[in-house]
Amino acid sequence: MDEAKRLVELIPRLRRYARALVGDRTTADDLVQDTLERAWAKLHLYRRGTDLRAWLFTVMHNVHVNRIRATRAVDPLEDDMPELAQPQRGPDTLLVRDLDRAIARLPADQRAVLLLVTLEEMSYEDVARTLGIPIGTVMSRLSRAREKLRAMMSGQPAAAKLKVVK
Amino acid sequence: MTESPITEGDLQAYADDRLPEGRRAAVEAWLASRPDEAERIAAYRRLANEVRTAYDSMIVEPVPERLAWVAAPRISIRRIAAVVAWIALGIAIGAPFGWQVRPERGVAQSTPDTSLIARRAAVAHATYSPEVRHPVEVGSEDEQHLVTWLSKRLGVKVKAPKLDEAGMGLVGGRLLPGENGPVALFMYQNQNGRRLTLYVRTEASKNRETAFRYARENNVGVFYWIDREVGYALASADLNKDELLKLANLVYKQLEQ
Repeated sequence: MDEAKRLVELIPRLRRYARALVGDRTTADDLVQDTLERAWAKLHLYRRGTDLRAWLFTVMHNVHVNRIRATRAVDPLEDDMPELAQPQRGPDTLLVRDLDRAIARLPADQRAVLLLVTLEEMSYEDVARTLGIPIGTVMSRLSRAREKLRAMMSGQPAAAKLKVVK
Repeated sequence: MTESPITEGDLQAYADDRLPEGRRAAVEAWLASRPDEAERIAAYRRLANEVRTAYDSMIVEPVPERLAWVAAPRISIRRIAAVVAWIALGIAIGAPFGWQVRPERGVAQSTPDTSLIARRAAVAHATYSPEVRHPVEVGSEDEQHLVTWLSKRLGVKVKAPKLDEAGMGLVGGRLLPGENGPVALFMYQNQNGRRLTLYVRTEASKNRETAFRYARENNVGVFYWIDREVGYALASADLNKDELLKLANLVYKQLEQ
């Protein structure tokens, strides 16, 4: 069965995305494991011929949202979120740590869009489909996420005014 | 052609290299007279590269067993083994999957430290050479910048050998994470789209030299050698051993100079 093989091949990509999304390896691998289990259980719902990667990332997105709800985690509120100590595993570089910190401070919905576009290099249409949002929302979240990330990585406050995306 | 106004969406798509040719030119013209906006968009591109650099190591890392096993019972062991073998390429020697570099007959047995470079180089080749849109971070049109940048990050003088006489043109290069610090990867391509990558890293011990060694990692052939403080590995899935050896000699000769 081809989907099964493809699914296994996609595990490293799921891990990369999850790692950037949640900020540490252990939590990321927990998320990937839950995603794989759910994907296996739901594989009969996958429509052959459609993009398996987009489908799998949709599954992961749903699992992630449910996990956040279940652990009653709260989305970081703008920029004054206290930094959480994160278990450091492996030789993460300074760049990785800076990015982890900055990405963690993005609102969750912007974070997902930013990472699917830049890390996973998904088309805007696929991002919209994966997250179940209109493409206009993808573009505006992308724009906001990038501007915030730029401000954080350069140590400046995010520009207060952003152009409205049409 | 009527030019519609440049939107924020255009700028985002430009930062992602996703605009069609004509629109891209329009955005470039628009940015040319707006240095602040141009800087903002350039920063977005840099950040996107940094995000990829930061997390790409997850792609070559071995998949933890608990995840491999989630999938294992459903598909044949042989398939899993093939996939795990690929994934395990990134693993350190002595790791659980026990996947080993097998040098060909007649080649001196590699020490773990040197064969690791072959493995890393094969993983990097397998990861980046199939890329259509983003094979490199910096293209050959910016070769001077590429070489200066990589030399600075590695802390040694790096250069991209000219392989045109063998029909291989430089595509560009990128920075990768490595055990001893940053690693440079140059990519070449011939007219038929066959690709070759040169993996360049600094060595922990500075005074070693080795002969060429050959390893085959799944379908990727690798010639690798150490020259004082720098280790090199030339990898390709598209070329046979003889072709690769010829290129390795060419690279070696140029780097000697």
